Amino acid sequence: MRDVALIGGGLTPFGELWEKSLADLVAEAGIAAIMDAGIEGEDIEALYIGGMSAGRFVGQEHLGSLAAEVSGLSELHIPATRVEAACASGSLALHNGYLAVASGMYDVVVVGGAEKMTDVAGTEATNILASAANREWEAFFGATFPGLYALMARYHMHKYGTTREQLAEVAVKNHYNGTLNPKAQYRREVSVEDVLGSTMVADPLHLLDCSPITDGAGAVVISSMDRAEEFTDEPVRIAASETVADSISLSERSRFDGIPAAMTASRRAYNRAGVSPADIDVAEVHDCFTIAEIMAIEDLGFVDKGKGGSAVDDGLTTLDGELPVNTSGGLKSKGHPVGATGIAQIHELMLQLRGQADRRQVDDAALGLTHNVGGSGGTAVIHILEAI
Amino acid sequence: MWRGDGAAIAAGLMVYEKTVPGLDEDTTTISVEAARRAVRLSGIDAQDIGALYVGSESHPYAVKPTATIVAEAIQATPDLTAADYEFACKAGTAAMQNCLALVRADMITCGMAIGADVSQAAPGDALEYAAAAGGAAFILGRDNLIAEVNHTLSFTTDTPDFWRREGEPYPGHGGRFTGKPAYFRHVTAATKRMMEEMGTSPDDYDYAVFHQPNGKFPSRVARKLGFTKEQIEEGLLCPYIGNTYSGSTPLGLSAVLDVAEAGDRILATSYGSGAGSDSFDITVTDAIEGYERNNIRKMMENREYLDYGLYMKHRGEFA
Repeated sequence: MRDVALIGGGLTPFGELWEKSLADLVAEAGIAAIMDAGIEGEDIEALYIGGMSAGRFVGQEHLGSLAAEVSGLSELHIPATRVEAACASGSLALHNGYLAVASGMYDVVVVGGAEKMTDVAGTEATNILASAANREWEAFFGATFPGLYALMARYHMHKYGTTREQLAEVAVKNHYNGTLNPKAQYRREVSVEDVLGSTMVADPLHLLDCSPITDGAGAVVISSMDRAEEFTDEPVRIAASETVADSISLSERSRFDGIPAAMTASRRAYNRAGVSPADIDVAEVHDCFTIAEIMAIEDLGFVDKGKGGSAVDDGLTTLDGELPVNTSGGLKSKGHPVGATGIAQIHELMLQLRGQADRRQVDDAALGLTHNVGGSGGTAVIHILEAI
Repeated sequence: MWRGDGAAIAAGLMVYEKTVPGLDEDTTTISVEAARRAVRLSGIDAQDIGALYVGSESHPYAVKPTATIVAEAIQATPDLTAADYEFACKAGTAAMQNCLALVRADMITCGMAIGADVSQAAPGDALEYAAAAGGAAFILGRDNLIAEVNHTLSFTTDTPDFWRREGEPYPGHGGRFTGKPAYFRHVTAATKRMMEEMGTSPDDYDYAVFHQPNGKFPSRVARKLGFTKEQIEEGLLCPYIGNTYSGSTPLGLSAVLDVAEAGDRILATSYGSGAGSDSFDITVTDAIEGYERNNIRKMMENREYLDYGLYMKHRGEFA
């Protein structure tokens, strides 16, 4: 296995992008990534694109070929692969691109992620997203993602005394970080009172505990480490790319106070990278709901199980805390175009590790971790990135 | 509202009460009532009306004009042209523009434009919270004007934010798509262009009326365009009468004319889904001083409340 480097990346603004189609978003992110990496179209040997449900959101499948066409690369006849693992599609696409480069098969690969979610009404979007759960045994009986995460939140609160206010503080922190991110969908601060006073979605989760419905796309360029310096002075090393699957149904899991797939994948990633949780300087975690961030910092070993809520209370994860989490604003404030989210997390850490995160820059960030979850925990993808 | 958190939605939309049609009321009867008031208050001879247009998205007949029934009821027939208009919530202002055009072309001496609706909404749909009933009639002519239209213009695109297909009982809509790319884009563009063409700024107007599908949208668009709360509050009826669709901007304008004084300048911009906005720059004349006002706010005080079951009966959901 060869070392693999991130050599560039690009992101569209995230939000309700009424004027842009899925293809527009893919092209915009892809071009931005290629320009950032300083590569030519002819350098690209393969494309991977993550997308959850373009078929149902906009009636478009076959995203690999679509990406090749809108990037102007179809004449090169390179392989183009669409990867799907619900909300973890973007990271899983990167995992596949990483394997392709690490194996020696390709030297330079572009990996994107995209989702255009606002062409359907909110209720339809909720239904489409529910396809990331077990349709027969969860969705058909009325379970939606807010409902499934609300069950986990209730259990966490019951077992560890996690409070409603601690959940709200996650949203407060991430919205503050979002104000510093020009690409974020919601660049406004919220207070604990705002969160607690917002519309109830699935008890105990209110509207402001939930990530929004978002259009957006991102892309990164990776290459073998030995060729990275041909293109950039500031490559970021992919120190680990690990993914594991678990049951798609929440009810089939071994535990409900966290996401077992994320626990296992992160342990493997730490081993692969030869680091420990304490070595991580900055992390982007999958805060699709506020409870998910609290469980994530526990699952990743940053704090003991059950201590996530009080860690948020103590300011561990704020921008000037010991371990800043979701400096981008997270899914909560930056937005959650499901197929693009994993790539957007990688893009944020690339900026952090290159020292280009502007007003949300974490001092001396050298080692970062991304945590991307599909469904209620049926897939987890962990990447550890290292500044070179 | 069917299975809704009424208090939360009321605060969010700024809609606290809404009107409901009487058991035997529809767009035609509302139009007739408004037309009769307009004739009586203006003191014109109905026979002088050369054009009568009714704008609505709830005409009782798919084929057979509302306008002819109204014209007959106010004894304006037979020497006039009449037609029904439909452009979602702005059919009423489209009717006003066309009457104005006929007057300015010297084809008629005066015309009547009506915007009225008993708007539909599926039980449980977000629309149900605001969908109301009401209408207003304006007489547009050359003589004895209480207000002069200095300029009118429109901004129109094909934007599918809200629709109802032939035979469907309730409209469908694009949720949040009805906001920024639809209402806000069109109202903002038409209003800005009006101020550009007239060389005016928000300070030049004493009153402003924006289409009011709820209380929130017109308040927000006013703020964005630089109008103050004081400029819009006289014409902002939606929080207490709901969204009267084609009647919405005409009723707001009418409420402003209830209190306006000679020389006051009014900017009114409607919005119709599909989508377009008509903007009007209006100056109130001296003739308003002796004019018997319509007094919509007094009419609003005369009300009774219905429970949801009775409400459904009034809406014709069951006989």
